[in-house]
Amino acid sequence: MKIIVNGTAHEVQSSTLAALLAELGYGDAKVATALNEGFVSTGARASTPITDGDRIEIVSPRQGG
Amino acid sequence: MEFYGTEVSSRLMLGTAQYPSPAILDDAFRRSGAGIATVSVRREAGGAQAGAAFWDLIKELGVKVLPNTAGCHSVREAVTTAHMARELFDTPWIKLEVIGHTDTLQPDPFALVEAAKILTEDGFQVFPYTTEDLILADRLLNAGCEVLMPWGAPIGSGLGLTNIYGLRTLRAQFPDIPMVVDAGLGLPSQAAVALEMGYDAVLLNTAVAKAGDPAAMAEGFALAIKAGRLAYEADPMEPRDMAAPSTPLIGKAFLS
Repeated sequence: MKIIVNGTAHEVQSSTLAALLAELGYGDAKVATALNEGFVSTGARASTPITDGDRIEIVSPRQGG
Repeated sequence: MEFYGTEVSSRLMLGTAQYPSPAILDDAFRRSGAGIATVSVRREAGGAQAGAAFWDLIKELGVKVLPNTAGCHSVREAVTTAHMARELFDTPWIKLEVIGHTDTLQPDPFALVEAAKILTEDGFQVFPYTTEDLILADRLLNAGCEVLMPWGAPIGSGLGLTNIYGLRTLRAQFPDIPMVVDAGLGLPSQAAVALEMGYDAVLLNTAVAKAGDPAAMAEGFALAIKAGRLAYEADPMEPRDMAAPSTPLIGKAFLS
């Protein structure tokens, strides 16, 4: 299945957002997620399915003004 | 001073971006006495721990954090970013930026109001990055905002308070609303003027981070803000066009 993660194409096996984070090596990293421009909370990741062509954003704390 | 019922001790809010090093950021914050740090959310690569390292640094500062939606150009983008920030930083506070113009980074007033309404209804406490426009301010307050953050000048420009009249009018129009001059400041004297005018605080980043000595500049801003606030509280004299001698005329020698 081909999806876009943080603007880059990925070929992945996972069927849920939680599984995808593990597959991509995020482990227990402090991240927040969005699927197709909509927020997905940590608690909802395990029940959020991933489908072909999805656009996923994975972000973490950064410097800001 | 309170923002959404939370007592804030310092009138300086300081950004965390563009410092030459984490150590200099830390030093600048300590010398600034800032009580609030602005932060953002950005893409994290798998296996990287950049976010965690930065977060550890900020926690060490012992300040409150105000996450932003910097760089967002649409309501959807800003709302989603705000939700991600709330989860990451565990705060209902959000500095809401919805940019409408690429070169000036001027806010899109229509999208700003719409996003502010959505986020307020969802429990956020919104700090809108806005202009000095009175009607926009009124709409933001009606949308549920309890703080306004008008720009002094375009973000990162260092031009200072480019519309003194507009800022003075805004301050006078909503005397009970906490207001922060956010963006565009380059020098401590400009911050002092904002505080003298009755603005409750200033928010800046580039002026400190891009100074040759960020920590010294941070302290300079802290002193200017203290001076400006003292002057405001001291009820300044009214300016006048003609001279008025300060030395008494009575008793002057050679008076005929």
